[in-house]
Amino acid sequence: MPDAHAGAAAPSVFAVAFKDAALAALVALGLAAPMLGLVTVQTQSGIELEQHWGRVAIAVAIVFAGRLLLNLTLWRPGRKKSLGYVPPKVEARLARFAKYLAPLAILGAVVMPMLPFTERYAIDLGILVLTYVMLGWGLNIVVGLAGLLDLGYVAFYAVGAYSYALLAQYFGLSFWVCLPLAGILAAFWGVILGFPVLRLRGDYLAIVTLAFGEIIRIVLLNWYWFTGGPNGISGIPRPSFFGLDFDRGDDGFAATFGLDYSPLHRIVFLYYLILALALITNFVTIRLRRLPIGRAWEALREDEIACRSLGINTVNTKLTAFALGAMFAGFAGSFFATRQGFISPESFVFMESALILAIVVLGGMGSQFGVAVAAVVMIGGFELFREFSDYRMITFGLVMVLIMIWRPRGLVSTRSPSVFLKEKKAISGSLVQEGHG
Amino acid sequence: MEYFLQQLINGVTLGSIYGLIAIGYTMVYGIIGMINFAHGDVFMVGSFMALIVFLALLALGVTFMPLALLIVLILAMALTSLYGWTVERIAYRPLRGSFRLAPLISAIGMSIFLQNMVQVAQGARVKPLPPVITGGYQFGAAEGFVVNVSNVQIIIVVTTIALMVAFSLIVSKTPLGRAQRACEQDRKMAALLGIDVDRTISLTFVMGAALASVAGLMYLLYYGVIDFYIGFVAGVKAFTAAVLGGIGSLPGAMLGGLLIGLIETFWSAYFTVEYKDVAAFSILAIVLIFLPSGLLGRPEVEKV
Repeated sequence: MPDAHAGAAAPSVFAVAFKDAALAALVALGLAAPMLGLVTVQTQSGIELEQHWGRVAIAVAIVFAGRLLLNLTLWRPGRKKSLGYVPPKVEARLARFAKYLAPLAILGAVVMPMLPFTERYAIDLGILVLTYVMLGWGLNIVVGLAGLLDLGYVAFYAVGAYSYALLAQYFGLSFWVCLPLAGILAAFWGVILGFPVLRLRGDYLAIVTLAFGEIIRIVLLNWYWFTGGPNGISGIPRPSFFGLDFDRGDDGFAATFGLDYSPLHRIVFLYYLILALALITNFVTIRLRRLPIGRAWEALREDEIACRSLGINTVNTKLTAFALGAMFAGFAGSFFATRQGFISPESFVFMESALILAIVVLGGMGSQFGVAVAAVVMIGGFELFREFSDYRMITFGLVMVLIMIWRPRGLVSTRSPSVFLKEKKAISGSLVQEGHG
Repeated sequence: MEYFLQQLINGVTLGSIYGLIAIGYTMVYGIIGMINFAHGDVFMVGSFMALIVFLALLALGVTFMPLALLIVLILAMALTSLYGWTVERIAYRPLRGSFRLAPLISAIGMSIFLQNMVQVAQGARVKPLPPVITGGYQFGAAEGFVVNVSNVQIIIVVTTIALMVAFSLIVSKTPLGRAQRACEQDRKMAALLGIDVDRTISLTFVMGAALASVAGLMYLLYYGVIDFYIGFVAGVKAFTAAVLGGIGSLPGAMLGGLLIGLIETFWSAYFTVEYKDVAAFSILAIVLIFLPSGLLGRPEVEKV
């Protein structure tokens, strides 16, 4: 009697789910009880423990309820585990939607500062978001197109920022002269650092770039007489509008155009400056994707061994991606320096690299639109939850893990091939198998 | 001469701590071929666990130090192992067979999560612990130079050697170790032969986390100060140690740890303290470029 047997032996779905949730809660209790329940506090007489059992109860309750709910809904036995799966048709439609949305988004970004109800805060936030959009697009060349995991991207951002700040401080060069120089110097550093390490496999490369990022930061921190050490560099000159400064003077921007002086002019100008820089990054990337070098990048990401077999010089291909990515980070860095007027090694910590990487990864590696959306969501979200600054980093780490589990190729993961026969079709990222190289 | 000897002793102590963390990296890399980026933070959690358990014992009135330290060691290992197990279960197991960079990115997320969780839960300020083990030995007073060996240093080195021997025996002699080595060579084949691969990988993470918590306890005893950020730099250095010794090799991790500890100590002693991290990180790059398989590792064969 197989049927009757199964009926008798198999416990109800709820019982199984309950038991599993109870186990999870037990584990959570073990994790949370010492860490959340007993807090080390320093008092007059030394270091002591404070008890906070309420937090433990909350954590355990959340785990229990969450696990039970998941067991009864999404993880129900017999239900297909298709959490991250989106039908290709829907994905293709989304991609087409994105195609129309992108020009709209650019238009929106262009008119935003002109709208009457836009406040200074919104423009400032716009500048911040666009800086990260640009950095995301720059890193997208390295991570998204060439498939090289770079955990030290912020080092090139730092090189760009310090290049401008130091050139301005020691030689009095203007922003417009330094902008290309900062890009070139950052690209140069990209080549120097990239050349020896680009032969390594993916995860080794990640750690070495991380180490380089830290080395550059430590050097900036300790080279007192040259970089100012932890005090940083202040009084970095602001950019001018074709030689016109944004000040109250008679030859300033406002006086020349017969406008009333307003500090907002400079903010709006900076906004358009970073918008233009970001769009240039985007444009260059899109064009490069269609060139042989861009195709080689993507081929390299998919299968390095196949690339080598086909006679692609993998070192040069990787190096160009690395250098170009570094160059855009250098541009963004010198913009950052001129916008802030003050830089210090504090701004170039590993967290920044992780943040930019998260933007690229969450947006969908290789997808320009996805990266832009991710930057808006992440930086906007960070600003929104500024009051909960303690918890937002916890959430940030957790979201990174969850996105990897849910959609490892990022949110927008369709691939539109740059070379095609007869008809162009978008391919879902989840259908693409990747080689290991 | 006495300065050199003193630095040698300090270096060996520091190297033991790095070596213990490095074993966690090397074992995980050996078995699933991924860099467990969160391992440094598991070490940090381990040192916090040690501090919390120690203070709890003091509050409960356990003041006999050897007993207290033994309980701290065991409880910290158990609690941190639970963290290691959970991290693997949540962040890495669902990603097995996913694309190449996914586990590493997930590990970075986990590292950020652990760091900030500890910061929120325990506060961002440094946690000082007054010296628990005091005293030590002096050598060479008669010959005119003095070299100090503190009891803490002796305990650290002896514990490290004991644990190294124990874990080497586990890996080489027990069924679990056999399963681990089988999974390292060919996971699919091991599964076909009846090895529970998931369980083996979980236990590898548990072992790594247990050793990291011992390192955390020693760090706490040796430096007397911990904070939520110690995992990052210590993690990168221990990873360097694992790579230097040859990733995947247990004795290699210990050797690498010792070398990194010595290099860092001597660099600080004879050159500049500010750039000691630069020295360790540069070694990582240099080793990876010129000696990718490390000192005791096998060269990696790429199969298509």
